[in-house]
Amino acid sequence: MRYVLSGHTLALDSGLCNGCGRCEEVCPHAVFAIHERKAVLADRDACMECGACRMNCPVGAIAVSSGVGCVAAVVNSLRGQGTSCDSCSCG
Amino acid sequence: MSKPDCGCARPLQLEIRRPAQVSPTPPLPLSTTLTWRDVLGSWRVRWGIGRMRYRVAPGLYRIGTPDASSPVLVTANYKLTVDALRRRLTALDLWILVLDTKGVNVWCAAGKGTFGTQELIRSIEAVGLAQVVAHRRLVVPQLGAVGVAAHEVKRATGFQVRYGPVLARDVPVYLAAGMQATPAMRRVPFGWRERLVLAPMEIAGTWKPALGIVLALAALDLLRHGRLTSHLAVDVVPFVGAILTGGLLVPLLLPWLPSRAFAIKGALAGVLCAIGALLLLPMGRVEASGVTLLVLAITSFMAMYFTGATTFTNEAGARLEVRRALPVIAVSAALGIVLRVAAAFV
Repeated sequence: MRYVLSGHTLALDSGLCNGCGRCEEVCPHAVFAIHERKAVLADRDACMECGACRMNCPVGAIAVSSGVGCVAAVVNSLRGQGTSCDSCSCG
Repeated sequence: MSKPDCGCARPLQLEIRRPAQVSPTPPLPLSTTLTWRDVLGSWRVRWGIGRMRYRVAPGLYRIGTPDASSPVLVTANYKLTVDALRRRLTALDLWILVLDTKGVNVWCAAGKGTFGTQELIRSIEAVGLAQVVAHRRLVVPQLGAVGVAAHEVKRATGFQVRYGPVLARDVPVYLAAGMQATPAMRRVPFGWRERLVLAPMEIAGTWKPALGIVLALAALDLLRHGRLTSHLAVDVVPFVGAILTGGLLVPLLLPWLPSRAFAIKGALAGVLCAIGALLLLPMGRVEASGVTLLVLAITSFMAMYFTGATTFTNEAGARLEVRRALPVIAVSAALGIVLRVAAAFV
């Protein structure tokens, strides 16, 4: 299944990539693949922007605006009840 | 600060008395079998009862009889998470490092940052892990990677993070394979089981608005007939149907409902629900219009809220849905209420 605007903020700088493969390892949706010792975006549309790849990229080659894909969290933040899931019982 | 009789020296003295290396409490044994109490507990939290208090004390635990060469698994202190992990570890000897995630599961806690680099580094030091094991490897659940920067943990503690499988059930195979995960172990499954496990939670969460609807319908019944009639039981049917559609049918049919937007998926499921209600129950044209608009608003809204229970939605998309769909849902609900109330007087 795919969602609205999936992967729109994900960007990979191949010039910085050292081919360590961490992004491919941590991605829960197989967005990355390693080709000739460099990461490539194999399936950007599957990206849910969780941010695990950026978090674990040791050379900072990945940019993604991560957040929770949760309407309740968005509504809560619009109502000024915290910016994330603080006021939600998600667990 | 150095004056001994000065009040501000007291916290300083406490600081000095504390040993440089915190002596860790001995690791507690953790059973790999769940008792009826555990099963009952998991059932309770799935209905949202005491869900935010279902915790395990953070710290180092042992499964079986681990030694200095045994693997270390890291997990969150939501009891449901610890239970899901330990029941898969029968006949294994290993250490479990439970982080303090305030009783939240690994993925959600990683998103919030409580299952994160800092907490992991702090826990490694607090339990004196470097003295417990001779190796320098940690198995962190893959979904924890959202909050953990492996290279920073390595730099701060010397421990190398190995990302384990997404699911606890794959841990034994992963360990037996020398800490190698297959591509399938790295994917997040979202089959009908995963889609339905949070359905009771979603439905139970609607009790307040549901009660409001019943009271409103009862008030309309009273206004119309001067007393409560058996018709009330019929009046509530479309709304019960809408809640079950939004909370149960939408998750179940999610892959087959057209459109990527959950608001549209929900509205389409709502059309099915409304058609069912109109076929089953005799209604005038005004009442039917009002009920249909309300049913669509409820199912669409509940479907949108289900984004939080899925494994593939992103924040930008959720924002777009709120911006585009919420006003439409609000108008539909308002118009629905006007028509439904009017129907009681025509």
